[in-house]
Amino acid sequence: MPNTKSKMKMRKAVVRFSGDSGDGMQLTGEIFSQSSGSAGNDLTTIPDFPAEIRAPQGSIGGVSSFQIQIGGTEIYTPGDEVDVLVALNPAALSANIKFLKPGGTIIADRDNFNKKYLKKAGYNENPLDDGSLHDYQVVPAPASSLTKDALKDLGLDMQSVSRSKNMFALGIVYHLFNRPMEPTIDFFEKKFKGKPKIIQANMRALKAGYYYAETTDVLPASIVIPPADLPKGTYRNIDGNTAIAWGALAAAKKSNKKLSLSSYPITPASEILHEIAARKDQGAIVLQAEDEIAAISAAIGASYAGNLSITSTSGPGVSLKTEAMGLAVIAELPLVVINVQRSGPSTGLPTKTEQGDLSQALYGRHGEAPMIVIAASSPDDCFFYGYQACRLAMEHMTPVVLLSDSYLASGKSPWRIPSLDELPDINISEFNGNLEDWGPYLREQKFLNRYWKKPGEPGFEHRIGGLEKEDISGHLTYDPENHEKMVQMRQDKVNRVAKKLPNQEVTGAQSGDLLVVGWGSSYGAINAAIMELIEEGHHNVGFTNFNYISPLPKNTADIFDRFEQILVCELNKGQFANYLRTQLPQFAYDQFNKNQAQPFFTSEIKSEILKILEA
Amino acid sequence: MKTETKKKNGKPLSIKDFKSDRNVKWCPGCGDYMILSMMQKTFTQLDHPKEDIVCISGIGCSSRLPYYLDTYGIHSLHGRAPAVSTGLKLANPDLSVWVVTGDGDSMAIGGNHFIHACRRNLDINIIIFNNKIYGMTKGQSSPTTPLGMKTKTAPYGSYEPPFNIGELAISAGATFFARVPDKSPQLLGDVMMEAYKHKGTSIIEVLQNCVIFTDGIHEKLTDKETKDENQLELKAGEPMVFGKDDEYGIQIDGMKLKKVRLDDDNNTNTLIHDPSEKETQQHVALAKLQLPDFPVAMGIIRNTESTSFDEQLHHIIDDSQKNSKYKNLEDLFHSGNTWEVK
Ligand SMILES: Cc1ncc(C[n+]2csc(CCOP(=O)(O)OP(=O)(O)O)c2C)c(N)n1
Ligand code: SF4
Repeated sequence: MPNTKSKMKMRKAVVRFSGDSGDGMQLTGEIFSQSSGSAGNDLTTIPDFPAEIRAPQGSIGGVSSFQIQIGGTEIYTPGDEVDVLVALNPAALSANIKFLKPGGTIIADRDNFNKKYLKKAGYNENPLDDGSLHDYQVVPAPASSLTKDALKDLGLDMQSVSRSKNMFALGIVYHLFNRPMEPTIDFFEKKFKGKPKIIQANMRALKAGYYYAETTDVLPASIVIPPADLPKGTYRNIDGNTAIAWGALAAAKKSNKKLSLSSYPITPASEILHEIAARKDQGAIVLQAEDEIAAISAAIGASYAGNLSITSTSGPGVSLKTEAMGLAVIAELPLVVINVQRSGPSTGLPTKTEQGDLSQALYGRHGEAPMIVIAASSPDDCFFYGYQACRLAMEHMTPVVLLSDSYLASGKSPWRIPSLDELPDINISEFNGNLEDWGPYLREQKFLNRYWKKPGEPGFEHRIGGLEKEDISGHLTYDPENHEKMVQMRQDKVNRVAKKLPNQEVTGAQSGDLLVVGWGSSYGAINAAIMELIEEGHHNVGFTNFNYISPLPKNTADIFDRFEQILVCELNKGQFANYLRTQLPQFAYDQFNKNQAQPFFTSEIKSEILKILEA
Repeated sequence: MKTETKKKNGKPLSIKDFKSDRNVKWCPGCGDYMILSMMQKTFTQLDHPKEDIVCISGIGCSSRLPYYLDTYGIHSLHGRAPAVSTGLKLANPDLSVWVVTGDGDSMAIGGNHFIHACRRNLDINIIIFNNKIYGMTKGQSSPTTPLGMKTKTAPYGSYEPPFNIGELAISAGATFFARVPDKSPQLLGDVMMEAYKHKGTSIIEVLQNCVIFTDGIHEKLTDKETKDENQLELKAGEPMVFGKDDEYGIQIDGMKLKKVRLDDDNNTNTLIHDPSEKETQQHVALAKLQLPDFPVAMGIIRNTESTSFDEQLHHIIDDSQKNSKYKNLEDLFHSGNTWEVK
């Protein structure tokens, strides 16, 4: 039915669904993000669940939320401030009202704003009635009771009926955003196949909410977000951990190698292990190791055996892996170590995000032990950088650190599903000479890669290990000159990878007053800030975000040279800035750092930039 | 297992084929030499071709061994060889994988990986060179150093109760455990061959003499004079008897083993060794027999059948591939909710 209310066109909007942990807010959010994707919007989502597995019902600690930003332009973050807040109980309202924009819309389940729940959330008066929300548009919908009415003849138990109120709330949101319900009803039919009553319940609740909003005029206006201008193709939403897992599977396929993964569970990296464990159906060989040391050791064994070998973990696990990373460096074996960073040190804030492990990735090994370091910058590009990490490890016979973080791991963004053909080829150096001339540390000359000979190949029997090797022959030696040569060789191997990397690009001004620099997942917030500044007429600021960190892209110095001032933004005390100071000491670097175990907000980046521009 | 491939240029492999071109650098008289040469000898008899044999070690004197063997090999990290082998064997279950480790390497820093290798029953062979001391780092106590023995770190005598490797391995789930002195090459060779044939984690504890730090530590067991009385060489299906003239036997007394002098009316109850028994109780009891009250059990104490970890995993992989709802990766990528942007 066409929406006849007055329409308000918006370029982007932020919606936050919140309720009790048992209210299905994550699923509700997922369904809304699918419908937004289908409507052609770009989007980014982030869940926010309680740290405890089972917090008391109705308590603030038990509030589960899901935030999504949708837009008719490219969307880089889940948004700072919320336009529409769904709050299914008083605790959800209390916990989330701080995110809502002045004038924003609150969709509340008025039935749940009863004495008991108000008390649990710490309200003395009902905020829906006491005028305290006068800055906002409040839609106090009787969601629970109307859902109950809509479902009454279905013969469902009380709990299932009560659970369906999330779909009622979603129905209101659909009406607000002019969304068709049919694709979602199709989705219910697929998801709850064989459970006709559940399909019915969800469908009726969704429709009830939609028609309630339509007939009661509770919504001031409806919001129209035009489709974004995205590249053609088939899309799906993907989170960073799944994307990394799939990137590795794709790299195995493209290189014709078997994929071996060995990992030890840790938040927020475990889902990579879960996903690949389920991908035994694609031939993945998965070991849940007894600890992180075993995990990387097993990965080294699998790499020596000739498989594409990866190990996934988070900071504390990387700390345990460092000795073995050194072995992979000196043995010159391909290996990908994935660090889904969380806030540290030690156990830190295990469910929160930070970019605190960059120095560890770059330097966290004894001896001179250089590795390639790559960082992904959005949930969907975790696929590409996961793929690249595997590709570079195999092509260059060296271990690679891939950095992600909990923000990317649990966030989702639309991913244009590539065909395997369009992914870059993986060309592993093959030895074509005579067996007599071969040695385990013989190298091709362009990139200095040794050749990957694996057990099972007759005539190439050889030993590798942690002791220093003579170049070419691989024999143990304490020769001082040889050690000097090998230390340099291992560094050169990493440095030469730069020849293969794409040029670093700049958004906004290509030269001028200020270059804003980010790396990895700060991309979204900084990019959004830059876009807003450009629109507001600031043409003297450029932005560049690094995915390739060691080595740096070849044109990095050229870019830095074109700006008066460089501002490095990162979620730590300045680890990338310090690295740049050692790599490109000819430039001065200003820093903008945040250490709150939270991602950057676009607004804070923007005001920092404005402060500099106006100074 | 492959057959008829163990030849090189049509000729059978010889010990020379398994000698690398590197000089062996252990102290003269070190027990490691014997173990190396028995490995080389055993390797000539395997069904696996030379290129399918991999030797993985940790760190220590003993762990230098892969450099002296002309096979594929990794000299890995202190304690981590079982973990490295796990990844390698799962990646390619066709390989014959041999782990070489010391008592410090496997029982101290690598204890965790050791017990999990036993638990998983991965089809690999772990040879522990037990000299009851840290050789490479020059004489510190190890987890198998006997109580009272003086070491660099226990100058007044060790006061830490030691591990019994057999007890630990069997209790952790090892399906094969054997103990052999480095001075019994024949037995060592036989045991290596049996370990090779056994599907699952095989642990061989070699009582190895370190001429520098624990010289003679196994002498009571290996000396010609006392050997017969102090070793109980176990053979499948045979009675547990020992002594110069087999005058002693092992019998059971309630829950415990007892040593008896055999005479005419006391030899019917002597236990018959059954390494294939699934219950661990008697094997653990045998592994724990100690001087001076008992002889020390040698040979294959345990050899039971069970599916190996690598076989199990690859079975699951094959099955799930057959039954997958995704024909290929692209199918997986397109599963769930997708939409078109035109
Ligand atoms: C992480 C680490 N810690 C300590 C060492 C030093 N280290 C090398 S070998 C060794 C002990 C080896 O003893 P054992 O396993 O009994 O072997 P053996 O030398 O007696 O054959 C130690 C402590 C090391 N190489 N690595
Ligand atoms: S120190 Fe002991 S174990 Fe090491 S090589 Fe010498 S004799 Fe052998």
